[in-house]
Amino acid sequence: MRNFISKNAEAIPPSGIRKFFDLALTMADVISLGVGEPDFTTPWNVCEAGIYSIEQGTTSYTSNRGLQELRDSLSEYLKNHYALRYDANREMIITSGVSEALDIAIRAVIDPGDEALVTEPIYVSYAPCVTLAGGIPVPVPCHEKDHFRLTPDALMEKVSKRSKVLILNFPNNPTGAVMKRDDLKAIADIVIDHDLLVISDEVYAELTYEGSHVAPATIDGLWERTITLNGFSKAYAMTGWRIGYLCAPEPICDAALKIHQYVMLCAPVMGQIAANSAIRNGEDEKDKMVTEYRVRRNLFVHDLNRIGLPCHVPEGAFYAFPSVTSTGLSDFEFAEQLLKEERVAVVPGTVFGDAAKGHLRCAYAVSRKDLKEAVTRIERFMSGLRT
Amino acid sequence: MDEKDLLILQLLEENSSVSVDELSVMVEIPARDVECRIGDLEGAQVIRKYSAVIDWERAGKGEVWAIIELKVNPERDFGYDRIAERISKFKQVRSLRLITGTYDFQLLVTGKNMQEVARFVSEHIAPMDRIRETATHIIMKNYKENGNTLCGHEGTERIPYSF
Repeated sequence: MRNFISKNAEAIPPSGIRKFFDLALTMADVISLGVGEPDFTTPWNVCEAGIYSIEQGTTSYTSNRGLQELRDSLSEYLKNHYALRYDANREMIITSGVSEALDIAIRAVIDPGDEALVTEPIYVSYAPCVTLAGGIPVPVPCHEKDHFRLTPDALMEKVSKRSKVLILNFPNNPTGAVMKRDDLKAIADIVIDHDLLVISDEVYAELTYEGSHVAPATIDGLWERTITLNGFSKAYAMTGWRIGYLCAPEPICDAALKIHQYVMLCAPVMGQIAANSAIRNGEDEKDKMVTEYRVRRNLFVHDLNRIGLPCHVPEGAFYAFPSVTSTGLSDFEFAEQLLKEERVAVVPGTVFGDAAKGHLRCAYAVSRKDLKEAVTRIERFMSGLRT
Repeated sequence: MDEKDLLILQLLEENSSVSVDELSVMVEIPARDVECRIGDLEGAQVIRKYSAVIDWERAGKGEVWAIIELKVNPERDFGYDRIAERISKFKQVRSLRLITGTYDFQLLVTGKNMQEVARFVSEHIAPMDRIRETATHIIMKNYKENGNTLCGHEGTERIPYSF
């Protein structure tokens, strides 16, 4: 029999630490800082809107672009919150989560052989999506000394004639790094000079703690060459509803829409109705969650530094990214031993690219009580290392 | 009152035994500043007192709780205030509100058992001047108290990791 697996599918790496975490599933009393989703449940008024829509029999397809009401609300919301201007009818698609939005964005613009510059450390799906589209992901390292922001020097080092796309994800998973307006301006010049397109995943935009989020498409000269991706999962604790969106200039949006209509048709209607309710009535609940994340971040990062795991203050998202190099263990060894000995699950940085080596991703989207207990256990684990 | 004050109040309402040092880290201001702000909030009677939420049922000291509604004739010059003050002095009365609708006052009353609550209402509240009518509702089960859900569970089990 032939090998039926495509070259593309073979080329993408499997999740290397899956086996390691399957162990966590079998253990009792594990505190998991490994989960990249809010510990809150979706605000009840949002759930209620979804439930009501099902009761009313609203269980059909929607238009490919998504519900008109939701797109109208989003267009208004993006303008008011981020000064982003996208037309609800021509420049926006509602997707099944940002994951789908990312996939169709990449497939709409990448041809075989095109290089996509991907900042590192970064969430695991970007590079494989580029590979699946026939492109070549080129990592651009972001360093701890720069608080994991993308610098013009790092970008200049990797940009080439084959570069077509720059993928950004700020606030960043896994580092919590944020790009300020000046940081983005410095990058914009290079993007324009090299005629690149930016794909900006801003799913953590609402979780920006110091100042407010700056969308790359609001930088002079970038709107026409940017695809903005966002969604409801993180800010409104709606991970399971799978609602995201893609915004882009019309020709790019039309290309992505063709892919979306063939592979997804539309995002689930009840999710879209719930998302519209989140935008219209969920602001207070969202603000409360954001305040709570900030309080947890302050406590957790303070404690990590106190017990000897140096950690910069992440300005966004809900991840702390401490360094473990001073312990003499690799991030993988540290995470594995910590899980086995003290039952605390964290994600080794290496998973997020070479630039993340020696770090751990710790999601502080868990209760303050659990965070405190996790710190006690990590501290005990570390004092065991010293003896 | 600024954002930091509001956050301090919110955190204290949630857990009034939180330390000043911990508050200082959470609110991102020096510990001394936290102390000053709490002092000011206490002085201004914004913080009325610090207390614990106790589940007396679990403590083996189960009590009966009842909602009592009262129709009251208001008093010339004083309205409802003087009679409210009288009623609120009973230790059995845990809360007292002036409300709109059919009744004027709503009380939350506790007693060791149903008889004790009934006796309290019939001997102390109902005979008071200006009370025209009472309605007593015994509380059968508490589902939510002070914003905390007391039964059932919220959400589902999360998988222990994701990338």
